[in-house]
Formats: sequence, C-alpha cells, structure tokens
Amino acid sequence: MYDLKALYEARSVEDAVRLRLEHPQAQIIAGGTDVLVQMREGRRAGAELISIYGIDELRGVSLDGEGNIRIGSLTSFSHITKDPIIQKYINVLGEAVDMVGGPQIRNAGTIGGNTCNGVTSADSASTLFAWDAVIELTGEKGVRRIPIQEFYLSAGRVDIYPDEIQTAILIPRSSYENCFGHYIKYAMRNAMDIATTGCSVNVVLSGGGKTIERARIAYGVAGPVPLRAVSAEAAAKDRPLTEETAEAFAQAVLKDIRPRDSWRASKVFREHIAVELAKRCLRESVRLAGGELA
Amino acid sequence: MSGSVGESKIRVDAFDKATGRAKYTGDLCDQSALWVQIVHSTVAHGIVRAVDTSGAEKIPGVVKIFTCFDVPENYFPTAGHPWSMDPHHQDVADRLLLNRHVRYYGDDVAVVVAEDEVAAAQAARLVKVEYDGLPFVLDVQKAMEPDAPQIHEDFPNNILAHTQIRNGSYEEACREPGLVKVEGWYDTPTVQHCHIENHICTAHMEAGRITVTSSTQIPHIVRRICGQALGIPWGKVRIIKPYIGGGFGNKQDALYEPLCAWLTTRLGGRLVKIDCSREETFVSNRVRHAIRTHIISWVRPDGTFAARKIECFSNQGAYASHGHGVVAKGMGAFPQIYPCPNVEGDAYTVYTNRPAAGAMRGYGIPQAMWAGESHLDDVAKALGRDPVEYRRQIVMPKGYVDSFSKNENYYDTFRQVMEKGAAAIGYQEKRRAYQNQSGPVRRGIGMALFWYNTAVWPISLESCSCRMVLNQDGSVQVQTGETEIGQGCDTAYAQMAADAIGIPFENVHIVSAQDTDVTPFGTGAYASRQTYVGGFALRQTGQILRDKILSCAADLTRQMRENLDLADGKIVRITDGRELMDLGELAAEALYSTANSRHLTAESTYQIKNNAYSFGCTFAEVEVDIPLCQVKLLNIVNVHDCGRLINPALAEAQVHGGMSMGIGYGLTEQLLFDEKTGRPLNNNLLDYKLSTFMDHPRLQALFVENPEPTSPFGTKALGEPPACSPAPAIRNAVLQATGVGVNAAPMTPHALFAAFQEAGLL
Repeated sequence: MYDLKALYEARSVEDAVRLRLEHPQAQIIAGGTDVLVQMREGRRAGAELISIYGIDELRGVSLDGEGNIRIGSLTSFSHITKDPIIQKYINVLGEAVDMVGGPQIRNAGTIGGNTCNGVTSADSASTLFAWDAVIELTGEKGVRRIPIQEFYLSAGRVDIYPDEIQTAILIPRSSYENCFGHYIKYAMRNAMDIATTGCSVNVVLSGGGKTIERARIAYGVAGPVPLRAVSAEAAAKDRPLTEETAEAFAQAVLKDIRPRDSWRASKVFREHIAVELAKRCLRESVRLAGGELA
Repeated sequence: MSGSVGESKIRVDAFDKATGRAKYTGDLCDQSALWVQIVHSTVAHGIVRAVDTSGAEKIPGVVKIFTCFDVPENYFPTAGHPWSMDPHHQDVADRLLLNRHVRYYGDDVAVVVAEDEVAAAQAARLVKVEYDGLPFVLDVQKAMEPDAPQIHEDFPNNILAHTQIRNGSYEEACREPGLVKVEGWYDTPTVQHCHIENHICTAHMEAGRITVTSSTQIPHIVRRICGQALGIPWGKVRIIKPYIGGGFGNKQDALYEPLCAWLTTRLGGRLVKIDCSREETFVSNRVRHAIRTHIISWVRPDGTFAARKIECFSNQGAYASHGHGVVAKGMGAFPQIYPCPNVEGDAYTVYTNRPAAGAMRGYGIPQAMWAGESHLDDVAKALGRDPVEYRRQIVMPKGYVDSFSKNENYYDTFRQVMEKGAAAIGYQEKRRAYQNQSGPVRRGIGMALFWYNTAVWPISLESCSCRMVLNQDGSVQVQTGETEIGQGCDTAYAQMAADAIGIPFENVHIVSAQDTDVTPFGTGAYASRQTYVGGFALRQTGQILRDKILSCAADLTRQMRENLDLADGKIVRITDGRELMDLGELAAEALYSTANSRHLTAESTYQIKNNAYSFGCTFAEVEVDIPLCQVKLLNIVNVHDCGRLINPALAEAQVHGGMSMGIGYGLTEQLLFDEKTGRPLNNNLLDYKLSTFMDHPRLQALFVENPEPTSPFGTKALGEPPACSPAPAIRNAVLQATGVGVNAAPMTPHALFAAFQEAGLL
C-alpha cells in the first residue's frame, strides 16, 4: 500500500504539459522504479503523481533525417539493449543499460527516468555524457534541446521547467560516426547493484588506426553528477596508440574526478578504481575500433 | 519394506508453491486486521524520558498507541531452545515487550495500531520520543573494557557468559623445543539471514484464548514464550504455523509473537498484524554473531600440534537471545577436528549495542571454520606443506569419540570427502599450475573442512512426537511438531513414513501446518535435527500403526499374524507372497464394522539420546583481479557425509542454498553500523550485498554416503552444514592466488584494496 494522494494519467505530451501546469507540486512518474521506492521509504509519502507511462509516442529508437539517433524517453532499458539501431551505432549504451538492476527493473525502468533522476550513479548517464547526448524537453512553448551536461544541475536536480517533460534523448550523428566505446560498471556484485564507479570511454581512430583522433571519457559516481574527464581526453587526443598514451590518459582522470569518502567506498579507493577503469575501457574501445595498443 | 527413502521424490509442496496456491501467514490474514507499526529507537543506547503521541493520535485511522510505559514489567527469554526444568540451564530472560532502556539503534519503543498501513506509517513518523542518551559500544572487545558502557545490570563488563576448555597443559606443552608458532586473529561480520518472507505474525482472541499465526520455525516453543511474556498459562496460547518463506534460524526465536499476542489482549481480542519490513528484519529481528577469534598453534616440524590456544569473542548485541550457545558450539569444534592433547580455550559472549544476535544456519560453526580453517592454511603455509596433504595427516581419525557428546566418527569421513572434492575440482593439477604466478590477474585453489554435529543432545532435550491416522482408502495422515520451513522436511518425512508403515509414498499425507492445539509436541526446525530426530519417531509410530494394522488383518483374513506383512499398501501372506487384501479395504472394513469398529491410529514420542557427527568440505577455485580488488569464483564444490540420502535431489538443493550463503559470507555480506551513532547503514537488500545468481559459478554438491548407525534411516545433519566451509575455502584460494591471507570476512574489494596495498601488490 502506497501513501499516495493522487494520480493523474497523461494521454499525450500535450496532456502531460497541461497536467504539469495544473499540478505544479506533483511528481512525474514513468516506470516507477525509483519514485515508488522513494514513496515506500517515506521520502515522497503523500505525493501526487503525474504518470506519463501511457504515452506510447515516447517509446522507441529511430534515426531522424540528419542521421541523429532519437531515443524516446519512455524506452525501457531492455528495449534499448535489443534495439538494432542502438546495436549498430552505439552498442555500448545497450550494454550499459543492461547492467541496471535486474530483468524486471530493466523491463519497467526507462532511460528518461534514469536521467531525470539526476543521480550520478545512473548506468545510462556516463555513456550519454561520453557521447555528447542531447536532452529534448517539451513544454508549453514547444521543444527545447540542451546538452546533457547542462541538463544535470546538481545531485538529484535536473533542468526541467515546470511545464516540461523530457521527451527524447538524441545522439548526434557526428558523435557516433566511426566511434567505438566501452563501459565498465564497477559494483560490489554482478547484478542488482548501483555502481561504485562507472566509466564510459569511446574513441575515433585515424592514421590508419595508429592514432587516437578523439577520445571521450565520462564517469558516474566520481562527483555529485556524472562528469567528463577533459584532462584525460586532452592527454589522448592525437596521440599514438601506445600503452604510454593509455597510462597518461588514465592518470589524467585524477585531475578531473571528484569522488568522495562515504561508507560505501573511500575516496582513495574510488580514485584507484577510476584510473584502472579508464585504462581498461580505453584498451577495449581501441580494440573495438580495430586498433591495438603498442 | 517398500523403498521410498533414497529416491528423488518430487516435493509434496512443489505444485502448491510453484503455482502460488500455498498459503502463508500474510495470505491467511483477513482484511479486518489492524496494522501495527513499531516505533524504533533512533539512538544506540539511552533511556526513554517521554513519548509524545499527541500528533500521531490525530491521524485518521489510528486506533491506539502503546508505549514502553504501558507494557508489563515481565522479563522473558526469546531463544528457541527447548525449555529446561533446571533453572541454571534456562535462557536469560532480559526482554520486555517494549523498552524504556533502549540498547540498540532499532530497539522497540512504541507501537501504533491503525486501520491500515498508510495511517500507521504516517502516525509512527509523528511519534516523538525523547531520550536521555547513554554512551554506546559496538565492538565486542571494547565492550569488555572496564570503562565500557554497562548494557544490562547483572552482567559486569557486559560478559553474558564465559566458558573454558582446559585439556592437558598448554603452558607446559608450548615450551617444547623446536616448535613453530603460528598465530592469527580472525574476524567474521554481523550478517542477516535474508529469508525471502520477512517475519510476520497475527493474533486474535477466541473464547478467552489467544491464537497467534506466525512465520516461525518453532511453534511449540513460541507458545511457551508467549505464555511467559504475558504471564499467562501456556495453554491459553495457541500458535499456528503455516508455510513459511525460510527462516535460517532467525525464526528460531520468539520475534514479535509475544508483542502481537499482548496487543490483541489490549484491543478486545481484535485481529492485529505485525508485518516486518525488510529494513526492520535486518535490524530488529536477529543477526548472526560476529565472532573475533584468536588462535595460536605450536607446531612440531613434522606437522603435529604440541599445543593450541583459542580465544573467541562473540558479539551478542543488545539482548541475550541464543546467547553463549552459539560461540560455545563453535569453540567445541576446535579441539575435535584436529585433535591435540594440550588445548586452552576461552569463549566470551558479550553484550554490545548492536542488534541482538541469535541462531543462524551453522550456529557458530561458520565463524569457527572461518577462523580455524583459515588458520590451518596459515599453518600449512608456515610449514611449506600442501593444505590438503597436511590436513590428511592431522585431521580427526576414524574411531574418534568425543568424551562429552559420545559422538563417534564411525568412518574416515574427513579423508573421504577431501579425496572426492579434490578429484572433482582437479585440485592437485590446479594447485601445481597456480604456483608462483605473477601479473595482475591470478588464480588460486583452496579448501576448507567443516565439523558439525546433528541436533542438540546432550546439551538439551531431543524428542519428537508423531501421530498417524489411517484413512478409509489406506492413506495415512502424518503429523509431527517439526516444521517445514522450505528445506523439504515434509517430503523427507513422507518418504520415511511410507517406508516405516509399508505404504506407497503417494499414500502419505503430511499435515504441513502446525497448530499447537492439535499437533503433537515437537520443538521445531533448528540444529539440522529434524530428519535425524524425526526418523526415530516416524519409525516408532509407523511400527505401532503397522502392528495395529497387522492385528486387524489377522482378524479379517483369519491368518496367523506372524505370517502377515504390510508392503506397498497391501496385506501380504509372507509364506507364499499372496496379496490378501488392500490396506484401503482393511481400513474401511475396520472403521465401518458393525461388530468391531476400529479407527486405526498411532501416536508416540521418541526421546533421542544420541547425536551424530556430520562432516564435509568445500573446494573453491578463484581468479583474483588484483588492480580491481575483485575475486571471481570460478568453481566451487561441497562434499558432505550426511549419512544415507533420504531424497538426493532435495539434499543437493539444500547444499546449493548453503553454498550460496557461504559465498556471500566470504565475499560480500556484512551489516554495517555508523561508528558515530550506532545506526545501521545498509539494512536493505540493495546496500547489503547478498550474492546473486550472477555472482555464482555452477554449484556442485557431492556426497559420501556412510550410513549413520544410530539413525533408523541412516541419516544425519544436512540443513546447516553446507554454509559452514565455503567462506574459508574461498579465503584460502585467494591466499594461494596472491599470497595474501585475508583474516576478516567478507573479502570485499575495500578489504582487498587495503590488504593488497599492505602486501605491496598495489
């Protein structure tokens, strides 16, 4: 039994926008895999909910006219993992969201909910950061698109206006073309866990596969929100495919990440793991791109 | 005799449980039940000065709020032990229904009774409790220091109990020249049972008596404790135990049944329900004792022990519950498994401000094996010996008899299980292959033995009562006080009953639920006792029923009684093997006879004055990723000698479950507490890292079937033993892989990070 004051079910995006304006105090609920848990814990006891779960137009993955990947915000984790467009162009995202919780959670949980929660540990977030994803929000005045890095404001807070819902996540064509990536979720067990640290790396090779043209790396749980390790990216850009490059890349992440001490893990432990993950993710990304570290 | 024992019969409850038809306590509770929300202490130690319920009472739906100022001053024990008529052997009575002196973060202070769950939760959040805070202590040895906070009045230095072993002379023996000294401190964590069904109980009154329906392992014991807690005659209490979703020892304790029973007496006998959340189950039920063990072995160059010393410090938490019995059992294994003439042992059970520790699968043996078997590998390493070959030299021999329990090691079990396990996992080749590795990812193989003894004789009473009732169709209802808690005892009992009576397995109807008003007395599921002790009562009662049936058959067939047998549900003339009558015909004839109507039933109690060793081992193979501080379990094999297998498929399943528990114990599970406040940090199934299916390799269960001579069915303990040795086996595999012996369980990445740094591997 949930301590629930009211539930408003949106039938369309426009309906959701109207409900948002009518009930400014209400919480948006999609798959419910986070909101219901919080209600049970008493954190959102007595909440009013706007359910957007019935808006089927927000489900599915497609390519737009310019070749950008469009992921509807209500697309479940399991559908993302199985989607042919995802598998062809950004398979790492499908792999990352396949590490969320267990099978039931992945069937119910949505990528929109995962990002709108604003938590640093979301398994989709580091990969979306590392691939320069764009968040699409729809409100009274129409559609607004912002880079995912601007969407995350602070721990648990994202940039959604009072009239908006998130409607899609876009991966620009320039971001995924010729790009290969790998994600490692580091957790205390192999299922049903939240990342202690998550690391997502992707590379574009050039020079006949001997040079890193571009490397991008993002972390979850290395700061209050997911973050890009820009020093590491600079340390690898246009560098030859060598173990020294990988080492320099990995060590440079320490300039960028800001993990904290908590009972879940110490700062030094998280830093140690972050460096190791950067190295391993880079190595695997290079391998997927057809290269090899010398 | 027909042969149902030894076959992998399908569980008698399989279809009901798989289809959801089986009824558990929550399913049986009707919608009229009042919901109880317990208000738990938010300090680790303190005195409740006042409870303000004014805000909470205004919540619509709240029926009544009771506080620690309302309950009777009637101290009671909670441990699920058979009652002792000897006052010195009775459990410590240190519990009240609600507490003014709160002794752990999560202690029970007040209850809100409401019409529904939401109202109860809302009101409970509004109950304001004021405390006079007291200093608290979480560590077992700090609790023994002179200036430690005193948790219970009558126990100086918080020591609930201290027992000793003094065999030979340790002090003299360790002065022998040429000895190698190996010393270590070994720690095990506070863990919780994590049975799938949280504790739940309901209570109502009828005809001046209280009926409690509960998810418990021990209905007859809970009846006694409810009587004691409420200060009423025990016959005024009736306990019903339906199917339960696991217990693992947590429900071998009176949990909230006494409180629930008391509440209904204060609410006009209305039906009330206490349904623990997972968060409450972790903290406010029972946990496993965290035990710190110090071992010193003085070893001769030939590997034999000259002298050994053991000290065990058992963290009891806030209330006595099972108390000293747990560490006492663990320490008791020490001088037996590797016999040594000079042993000095001291075990302390110490109150702290942690959740109360009670029974949990293995009852002190998983802790003792973590310490003892880790230490054994440390000794082997110090001597440069192979751990298996070394154990083969010094482990308990065939024919060993324990002077206290009179247990005898009838077979060379330890060497047999080691041989079987080593062959199954390829120990020798792998041990050789994994020597002298370098590089970031290394493999290792290790093993651990375990010692266990079945049931509780001669420490406590062992008896089992059984009733059998013959139906008109020749089928038989069988009742005992021993409980099905998911382990499959109903099925094992049906198999044994079928053979004891001489009827087909399908014709035995086990009455699964216990109802203390009608079920014969039995103490319930614990100590891996039920298949062993139940076997005696089933054999004896089955024989009584057989005798009655055969006497009746002699009447009806006009044959000599001694010439008749009951086999597979048929009356057979032994002299020519002719089937004279079906048991169904006989039963109907007997019952409806207008001349001599008889209802054929049998009931008897058997007191067991034996006990049986049940030994085995685990072999584990790991891959250690040193930079990531992670252990991957590649292979694991358990080998058990639990006597003759009653049901091989169920035995295997039992071992799988225990292995899973042991894997979590070794690698991931621990209940954490905030040092500053004593607050539990991870009392939920996300933050408490129970191992999942994805964390297990294939679990391999093997058996050495040496029939137990004292048991009518050749069987002995298997419930708890599987959980006893996996953790130290994994630890010893990590030791081979990395050269690092981790002495504190669990070997989490955090612990390995520190250990690998210290060893210079990182």
